[in-house]
Amino acid sequence: MSALRSERVDPNAPLLGVEHLTMRFGGLVAIDDVSFDAEDKKITAIIGPNGAGKTTVFNCLTGFYKPTVGRLTLNHPRKGPYLLERMEGYQIPQKAAVARTFQNIRLFSQMSVLENLIVAQHNKLMEASAFTFAGLFGLPRYRHAEAEAVELARYWLNRVGLEDRADWDAGNLPYGDQRRLEIARSMCTEPVLLCLDEPAAGLNPRESADLNRLLTFIRDEHNIGLLLIEHDMSVVMEISDHIVVLDYGRKISDGNPDEVRNDPAVIRAYLGEEEDEELPPEVAEDLASDKSDKR
Amino acid sequence: MAYFVEQLINGLTLGAIYGLIAIGYTMVYGIIGMINFAHGEIFMIGSFICLLSLMVLGLLGITWVPLALLLTLIIAMILTSMYGWTLERIAYRPLRGSPRLAALITAIGMSIFLQNYVQILQGARVRPMQPLISGGFEIMQSGDYIVSLSYLRLFIWVLTLVLMVAFTLIITRTALGRAQRACEQDRGMAALIGINVDKTISLTFVMGAALASVAGMMFLLSYGVIDFFIGFLAGIKAFTAAVLGGIGSLPGAMLGGLLIGLIEAFWSGYFTVEYKDVAAFAILVLVLIFRPTGLLGKPDIEKV
Amino acid sequence: MSTTGASMSDTAARPLDLPAVVKECGLTALVMFALAVGMVAFYTEDVPGGLEIATRFGAVVAVTLLGFFGRLAIVLLREGRPFPVLVVALPFTVLMLVALLSLNFFDAETAETLKNYLPVGDVVVNWIVVIMAGVFTLRAFWALRHTGASAKTVVDREKAMDNFAARVQRASRFIGPLLLGIAVVFPLLAFFPDSPFVPKVDRRLLDIAILVVTYVMLGWGLNIVVGLAGLLDLGYVAFYAVGAYSYALLATHYDLGFWVCLPFAGLMAATAGIILGFPVLRLRGDYLAIVTLGFGEMIRVILLNWYEFTNGPDGISGIPRPTFFGLPFSRSASDGGETFHGFFGLTYSPIDRIIFMYYVILALALITNLFTLRIRKLPIGRAWEALREDEIACRSLGMNPRNTKLTAFSIGAMFGGFAGSFFATRQGFISPESFTFVESAVILAVVVLGGFGSQIGVVLAAIILIGLPEFFRELQQYRMLAFGAAMVLIMIWRPSGLLAHREPTIRLWRERDGGPPEKTQAAEESA
Repeated sequence: MSALRSERVDPNAPLLGVEHLTMRFGGLVAIDDVSFDAEDKKITAIIGPNGAGKTTVFNCLTGFYKPTVGRLTLNHPRKGPYLLERMEGYQIPQKAAVARTFQNIRLFSQMSVLENLIVAQHNKLMEASAFTFAGLFGLPRYRHAEAEAVELARYWLNRVGLEDRADWDAGNLPYGDQRRLEIARSMCTEPVLLCLDEPAAGLNPRESADLNRLLTFIRDEHNIGLLLIEHDMSVVMEISDHIVVLDYGRKISDGNPDEVRNDPAVIRAYLGEEEDEELPPEVAEDLASDKSDKR
Repeated sequence: MAYFVEQLINGLTLGAIYGLIAIGYTMVYGIIGMINFAHGEIFMIGSFICLLSLMVLGLLGITWVPLALLLTLIIAMILTSMYGWTLERIAYRPLRGSPRLAALITAIGMSIFLQNYVQILQGARVRPMQPLISGGFEIMQSGDYIVSLSYLRLFIWVLTLVLMVAFTLIITRTALGRAQRACEQDRGMAALIGINVDKTISLTFVMGAALASVAGMMFLLSYGVIDFFIGFLAGIKAFTAAVLGGIGSLPGAMLGGLLIGLIEAFWSGYFTVEYKDVAAFAILVLVLIFRPTGLLGKPDIEKV
Repeated sequence: MSTTGASMSDTAARPLDLPAVVKECGLTALVMFALAVGMVAFYTEDVPGGLEIATRFGAVVAVTLLGFFGRLAIVLLREGRPFPVLVVALPFTVLMLVALLSLNFFDAETAETLKNYLPVGDVVVNWIVVIMAGVFTLRAFWALRHTGASAKTVVDREKAMDNFAARVQRASRFIGPLLLGIAVVFPLLAFFPDSPFVPKVDRRLLDIAILVVTYVMLGWGLNIVVGLAGLLDLGYVAFYAVGAYSYALLATHYDLGFWVCLPFAGLMAATAGIILGFPVLRLRGDYLAIVTLGFGEMIRVILLNWYEFTNGPDGISGIPRPTFFGLPFSRSASDGGETFHGFFGLTYSPIDRIIFMYYVILALALITNLFTLRIRKLPIGRAWEALREDEIACRSLGMNPRNTKLTAFSIGAMFGGFAGSFFATRQGFISPESFTFVESAVILAVVVLGGFGSQIGVVLAAIILIGLPEFFRELQQYRMLAFGAAMVLIMIWRPSGLLAHREPTIRLWRERDGGPPEKTQAAEESA
């Protein structure tokens, strides 16, 4: 395991450090030399137009893709630093405690809501069941661990308002509940960094407001870092502490919500080229050369 | 050297048969993403129909070999296609859009069904046939060892070549081929722009079955014996060929077929005949583990 | 047969488009005709010096007509005109039933002559036709009774089937012990061969029971792999073979007893599972299935050709039978020791051994079942089910997919190995013949028919698929045909298997006091 740890231990290092991340698929450059940090106890949002490479960043962080170039350092507050790009996909949540949700919800839809949350505590329970042997004979140690797991699940069910429906099949829940259940499931892995891929997609305004409360609760009460991909600006601007803007795989802006809101590069990326004539001439020139670079 | 050439000839013949069957697998996989496990059985039915047709034609007094072969070819292609079409219509169409494993289990069920269907109707015993095409050129001699290229082999190669050319033209030049390629890319979109998806898929099965029936005829002519069980091994080997060539790729299927045929021939020639089937399975496993896209297939990026 | 019956609603008033109907039925008849010309019309007969062609033109006509009228019945039912279907199908069904049943009342010779007058070929085929006609009759009858009632959608049907399966599963709390009681008690009835009050239990019945229970065990073992973990293993028979050969070789070479070898055979099979599974378990579902099939065949070919080790196609004979704590079930012990009947002061009876065998496999099967029921509620069992649902989500929760799959694969293999060594000891002889792909397919058919993950379903499926054909010998020829057809029909009708229903392995609210009662799942769904 020591190979996965980086040698330098820096108490002031950010929770997550992304340095020079580049991801190529064949000839296509999905992410081009992106660097940013995500702080502990802060909500960091990654925004950008469609196809900007946001989900690819997540997939690199959570081990679904191996980055072409780059270093992804996670400084676990208790266990020290991990180099995510060198770890197997399943080890990232297991050892470095990075959890994620998916853009298209991925629940275990034929299993019950409670079971979804118990499965999330798989590694802990496997150990408690002495890799099944203790569990097979019903030893008290395992029963105790399972009861604890249920309590953690109950806590999160209560948080997302699904306690009543704990025994439903997850696939039978309404859409908004499925979104929240997925977040609860990620939290049951007891992460230090939670990555949320468009958690507000498809939610109505009321549900969206609930989500904001849930996310700030997680940040403030559970003291973990959140990384968020979101299109819904009401969510992003309201709860984010720090925003990273991507466009065509490059980082075009980075700062707090107010800075990003007023950054001309961001406005251009979102509002498109029709606005070109209203931009200062030197910026427009930059932009033009930028575009031709990409072709 | 002479021995080598002989194995080469054997391998190319075997490869032509596997390649023709493999095209059926690869086309169906390309268009609806399922492994048509029953395709080997279609090949077996094709070869039975060829046997019956040759015998009936003989009874009717058509004994001039080229004419009998031509008629048999046409009859077998038509009747076997009906089996391919029916297979898709009653077993696979109701399962469109269901999980891959459900479709595969259905295909296995159909394979078992067809095998036993033929066993009940045509008997379980091995069916022998007199060689129809005999003679050949002597192409090589070393000592007492004479390597000849029989007319039968030549016939098989030429027929395969003709079919491949015709088939390539259908896929690249006709509306049907375009529809097929469109369905492969995106079935929903193809339907929206007015392609009759059901018909295209049906025709894919029909073409696959027609080619398999030709392979069945080649098998019958070159081995002289068939039974209801030949489809199983031939089917798996042809599937291996399709995977080796890159499933979904038509030239890949033919290339894979030739490679599997050659490997099998040389393996039997230089190592052990007994383990030739193990060789084919081992290739299947190795390709799937180390290069699941095959030689000519397109890579498949995992979507999260 | 056809899937066009999807909507028989709202069309009752529409006039029939006669040419279209004739065209549709005619096309069906044409297809059936072409299919029949290919395979039915001609067949070859062995004659001295080669083959001779023989014909069955009558059957072609029958098949074509059946195609036409069958399709016509489907069309009429679809168009909401059940009456003519009923008028034709009902008398036909009754007539055919009478004719077929009456065959039993004639002496063999007359029956043979009469069979020639049946419309299509074999008696069994005629039964199939009758059943089809019967289905049409019932559907027509149903449609007449429920005029205007719209047909059920697929979702409704699925829900109804799931409710039914749930009811069966709930009932299995009572049926299970009942079946178990019957299973435990019934061989003892063999001790009362002459009593008029007990059903006759003879050696043949016991043999069939052993066979059925063996398949129940295999089904339960495979259900761990296919039903729980969702890995379609088409080479399950390979592990059965490994178990059988492990025991046979150990017993014949080293003179070890069954009970010593049993754990070892299971271990060998599990090891084989790990070795084969390790490189391939990351493959996608359908590729994995084909690869396991390849492995199964490879192991068979190796057993067939590795003469020095396995004795090749001649197989291994003289495999010792199991003993009862060291007491053999033979007439006299070979080395002058005690025998079972001698020790207990019984008279020697060969059926003792059969009954003992039966209890051995019953115990092994029950262990498999208990293990499965228990492990479903453990983290590893839940992990298997989660992997079946969504592997990517599992990875994102820190689960090692490969190791988790590997445990399922090897545990399933282990039970296959146990069953295999039992098979070896029961037969006393094994050869590669017994371990073909067909065997894997039969086990898979048991699981598919019973329902993925349904323990009681496997039992019922094994009784139907294995037991019935043993009783009705004339069905033997059609057994595999029916297996294939059943697999297809079930996948079309209910891909999760007939009796598949999943109960959560852990509940927050107890079922009886139902948590907040107004919010139970069933209540909300029906609302």
